[in-house]
Amino acid sequence: QFGAEFRRFSLDRYKPGKFEDFYKLILHIHHIANLEVMIGYADVHGDLLPINNDDNFFKAVSSAHPLLRVFIQKQDEVDYSNFGTNTLSRKKKALVTLRNDNLRRRPHINISMPHDFRPVSSIIDVDILPETHRRVRLYRHGCEKPLGFYIRDGTSVRVTPHGLEKVPGIFISRMVPGGLAESTGLLAVNDEVLEVNGIEVAGKTLDQVTDMMIANSHNLIITVKPANQRNNIIRSSRMSGSSGQSTDSTASHHSLPTSHVLQNFHPDEMESDEEADIVIEGGLEPQHIPKLHSLTSSSLSRINGSSLSHRLQRDLVLNNNSGRESNGNIHKLLSSLKTDPRHSLVIPRGGIEEDGTVITL
Amino acid sequence: MRRFLRPGHDPVRERLKRDLFQFNKTVEHGFPHQPSALGYSPFLRLMAIGTRSGAIKLYGAPGVEFMGLHEENNTVMQIHFIPDQCQLVTLLDDNSLHLWTLKQHSGTSELREEHRFTLKGPPGSPPSATQITAVLAHSSREVLYLGTESGNIFVVELPSFRVLEDRTITSEAVQQRLPEDYCNRRSCELVEALREHPKNPDQILIGYSRGFIVLWDLQNNKVTHHFLGSQQLENLYWQRDGSKFISCHYDGSYTQWPVSSDNRQPEPLENIVPYGPFPCKAISKIYWQTTKNGLPYIIFQGGMPRASYGDRHSISVVHGSQQTAFDFTSRVIDFFIIFSSEPTAEFDDPSAMVVLAEEELVVIDLKTAGWPAVHPPYLASLHCSAITCSHHVSNIPLKLWERIISAGSKQNIHYSNMPWPIDGGTNIAPDPPQRDLLLTGHEDGTVRFWDASGVCLHLLYKLSTVRVFLTDADPNDNMNTLGEDEWPPLRKVGTFDPYSDDPRLGIQKIYLCKYSGYLAVAGTAGQVLVMELNDEDAEHVVDHAEADLLQDQEGYRWKGHEKLKTRDGPVRFEAGFQPFVLVQCQPPAVVTSLALHSEWKLVAFGTSHGFGLFDHQQKRLVFVKCTLHPSDQLALEGPLSRVKSLKKSLRQSFRRIRRSRVSSRKRRGGSGNTSEVQEANAKFDQEALQEMELAPVQRKIEARSAEDSFTGFVRTLYFADTFLRDSSRHCPSLWAGTNGGTVYAFCLRVPPAERRMDEPVRAEQAKEIQLMHRAPVVGILVLDGRSTPLPEPLEVAHDLSKSPDMQGSHQLLVVSEEQFKVFTLPKVSSKLKLKLTALEGCRVRKVTVANFGSCKTDDYSENDLAVLTNLGDIQIISLPFLKLQIRYPCIRKEDVSGIASCVFTKYGQGFYLISPSEFERFSLSTKWLVEPRCIVDLPEVTSNNHVHNKSGMENAVRKSRSLGDYGEDESKSGRLMEHALLNDEKVLKEIQSTLEGGR
Repeated sequence: QFGAEFRRFSLDRYKPGKFEDFYKLILHIHHIANLEVMIGYADVHGDLLPINNDDNFFKAVSSAHPLLRVFIQKQDEVDYSNFGTNTLSRKKKALVTLRNDNLRRRPHINISMPHDFRPVSSIIDVDILPETHRRVRLYRHGCEKPLGFYIRDGTSVRVTPHGLEKVPGIFISRMVPGGLAESTGLLAVNDEVLEVNGIEVAGKTLDQVTDMMIANSHNLIITVKPANQRNNIIRSSRMSGSSGQSTDSTASHHSLPTSHVLQNFHPDEMESDEEADIVIEGGLEPQHIPKLHSLTSSSLSRINGSSLSHRLQRDLVLNNNSGRESNGNIHKLLSSLKTDPRHSLVIPRGGIEEDGTVITL
Repeated sequence: MRRFLRPGHDPVRERLKRDLFQFNKTVEHGFPHQPSALGYSPFLRLMAIGTRSGAIKLYGAPGVEFMGLHEENNTVMQIHFIPDQCQLVTLLDDNSLHLWTLKQHSGTSELREEHRFTLKGPPGSPPSATQITAVLAHSSREVLYLGTESGNIFVVELPSFRVLEDRTITSEAVQQRLPEDYCNRRSCELVEALREHPKNPDQILIGYSRGFIVLWDLQNNKVTHHFLGSQQLENLYWQRDGSKFISCHYDGSYTQWPVSSDNRQPEPLENIVPYGPFPCKAISKIYWQTTKNGLPYIIFQGGMPRASYGDRHSISVVHGSQQTAFDFTSRVIDFFIIFSSEPTAEFDDPSAMVVLAEEELVVIDLKTAGWPAVHPPYLASLHCSAITCSHHVSNIPLKLWERIISAGSKQNIHYSNMPWPIDGGTNIAPDPPQRDLLLTGHEDGTVRFWDASGVCLHLLYKLSTVRVFLTDADPNDNMNTLGEDEWPPLRKVGTFDPYSDDPRLGIQKIYLCKYSGYLAVAGTAGQVLVMELNDEDAEHVVDHAEADLLQDQEGYRWKGHEKLKTRDGPVRFEAGFQPFVLVQCQPPAVVTSLALHSEWKLVAFGTSHGFGLFDHQQKRLVFVKCTLHPSDQLALEGPLSRVKSLKKSLRQSFRRIRRSRVSSRKRRGGSGNTSEVQEANAKFDQEALQEMELAPVQRKIEARSAEDSFTGFVRTLYFADTFLRDSSRHCPSLWAGTNGGTVYAFCLRVPPAERRMDEPVRAEQAKEIQLMHRAPVVGILVLDGRSTPLPEPLEVAHDLSKSPDMQGSHQLLVVSEEQFKVFTLPKVSSKLKLKLTALEGCRVRKVTVANFGSCKTDDYSENDLAVLTNLGDIQIISLPFLKLQIRYPCIRKEDVSGIASCVFTKYGQGFYLISPSEFERFSLSTKWLVEPRCIVDLPEVTSNNHVHNKSGMENAVRKSRSLGDYGEDESKSGRLMEHALLNDEKVLKEIQSTLEGGR
């Protein structure tokens, strides 16, 4: 029913009012009061941005000229990652047509909002990376899906002061069908791996890079130079349809900061491998939930309140009277506690920090 | 903003790091891998060994060692010392000559390469024209005579290596006065030997390969004598007075020739085939040594009857009616005789024979009746049976040291008492700071105890565990029981014996408590032996227990090797470490971890199936814990043993191939042949490389899961007295870490000493920690309230260590292959960590706590972690904050066996195998550095004798010291040493009394 309906209505530009009211207005206009929808708008550059609170509603209204193009999608069809992703400048033309066409809108393919949806992968740090590179985060959930890719040695051509030079590099050699890496569509065979969780792989052997990836497998962030540099374009059009949002590679300020995106996650879905070691006490005394680790408290301030309680939940202590109880429930627990993409907000102390490498996550 | 602060920018810490850490590879212990040449200077009393990888090593008195490496890494074919000089010349298989000099530099001598030279013929001449086959370093010290394949002898000046063309001795010049019937084109091809006349430096003896020998007058450039040998020549040797010489031949014969002024073409005096009449193998080298009593020593290599003893590597010594053919287990590279080098002495009077075999050095005392072997103070064959593990114990109490030496000396009664005959140079290194033991476990079930305190790695004592078990090989089956009239009179010498009767006997883990003298040894078939030191022979029954690590796990079948059968009834043990308890794990998989607590009298052991705790006081199994994951089928079937035996059989077949190839290659072989072989090898390598490139290597990226194989493999065991349950009471505990990233902690209740025999030891699982990253746990350590690692058992009880701080809270350090993590105790929660693999892509292979002292001040020292990674890097990581301090590349990352063999000491040193037979010693500390420091003085020729005597005396002193007589040296040793000694005495008495009381 979200096929192609267009409504045009006016708002007081200077007194837009509250988001709640706007939301109700939208539902009313479209006669969809019983549906949960996601509201977005196209900003001056044509990027699709969400409207879900007073602030961004105000921003949307104030930046609209002459029209505010509002996109309404069913909640469970929204692809959050469409918001401010690194769609590229090719969209200029589409933008033009879009403007003429006013409020033409296509439905999105079946993608839902983050909180009913488990992230598989994301593209991050678009604002700080060269266009030719892509930083991909893979979220591993439980044991259901293997990461599913292989890497190999190869040579890559670099531009140096002495001209083009062949240097050894690490490349993706194979994708396992049905694996996580393949299902994201963000990685492809022959993509060159440049970094693993912020550490450059240059000068490292295949085995070293393998070990680094496996060590980071719970929250793997790899920066690749895609073999097919036009892949980006194909991907963004596929996700958003031909009418999609315009993109502008120069408009880096449009990309949402990654942490912002991450804050949209419901904390329940986020588990961390950090500090997530399971301790089973075999003692007889009653156990208490341990105090927060001193090191995490500082980083916790960066996470919203609900994740705090979540963290407490993760520092789980089981009381086993015998201490030799079967491991069955532990394994269940393990699989449920497997991954937590949010952990990347916690700067691993003594790890990255010590190396002096800065990762903006 | 803390994360922007880089470590290591604190200038105070940086300075301190410079005072604490320093990386040096100091000395290579053991026997050079693939030796290829031997040289000796009677003047310097130094021996030189060249290897196939182009290394050259000089050895003199114990502690006097030099090493050089040819850039080309080519095989060293010949070594010749320049007479009366600190110089030597090496010939490589690429036909290049290298001049090495021992030069004094800031108080010590150093071996340096001075010049290199390749002989070039006239343009267009074949390579054989200049292919050097024989080298004579003339006593004038000014020239070298180089015999070639073409038969020409070139003369080069030293040290410039300038060819003196006008002095070349061409084969044409030699042939001029040859009798017609003997003269043919080929008689003067290939110079086989060049020997200077012992009395007249103007005459040299030239032996050609076809058997033709001439005496050449250098002054007049002409032949003075012809000797028409009929057999292919192998070598020549002058008699001391120059009146006779002896030639040895390819057919196993040797011939004596007279040299007198009246006969220019003498007939041979005698021609003997010592092991005839059937065809014999070549005699490749021969000595003729005169003695006062008139009976000469004739010593020759080879000559065995071709059919029945052609495969023996022998050297025969004939003295009057005595004759022995020393039979070596590996190919003889070369040998020399040490005899009186005094020019004025009338006789040779040989004292010792030094034989370099491919796998060991054997020295025979020729002065003592029966010609016993001399125990070498260095160049020990570490690999006489393949090394399977090693264990280092620092700072051994004197009493234990003496007891081990005394046990060892009882094993060495068959050795000669002769002082080490190669005694050149002076060791000026300071005395080692402490007594260190290196224990090596071997494939044949033996443990060897090495004195690793100083530069010379010296065997103190050998322990065999074989006696406890019933094996196929009967120990009484002596191969050497040859009758009196056996011919040839073979006598097996040396210790190299790579063939193990039963691989299950192999030693995998060793733990020695230096305070109590308890030793635990564990092996390939799940056997764990606990031993104690007994100064007397004893006969007793070894208590035997079985530990079923599978417990109630059903439906598994072990497909690996069977457990070892034990001997019933009392077993006789020689003085030394005698086993009193044997625990056999079931299934009998390789023991992968071992810990001994001598104070609690407990031993813990782990395999790929689980771990157990045994009370060796009450001789009772306390508990077992199965660590298997239900899906881990592989571990049950015992593929570890399969993999191992496959590896072993491969290795053995390679060894056989190598051996046959090497021995089939004639010494110095046809040069064309070798280069062909090399070419073929190179081609093969290239093809293999190309093949590798065609099939690209790829690596799967997959997270570790609980279902991976060998997750239950117990990697580490650790005893600690700490706060496991609550922060008010500490208790003994046992910690175990597995391959799957699990740590188990057991609370132990050990009865107090007075009721130790009455109440059982109890254990209860207190904690189980599953590391989320699931990497194998390789180390567990508890830090006390001051963040100091807990002391070893009995260390505190004997005032050798501050007692641990039990007031402050303890911390648990878990080292996995990927991360270092510190947890709080008793509540296990993560405190801080270092993610090594995520950052650098390297994995922890070995980790140890090491104490580093400052080289600037005596009162500062700190504990750090010394870590070896799979890339062969050594990293030092601070405790307790886990900051990387420094990183040194140490071992090539391809050298997997080197990395696997690495063992760290408690004071920042370490050892790793650079070949099956050699340990490289390295030091990470500025303070504890054991490296050779020695001087070789150029002795004045006139006072030759005096100097030698002096160095001999010094050597004797040193030797006596190494045997445990510290009387004279005690005053010299450092403050620290004295302190240790004082403590040791007291401590050992104490320990002794407690031990005796306990029995």
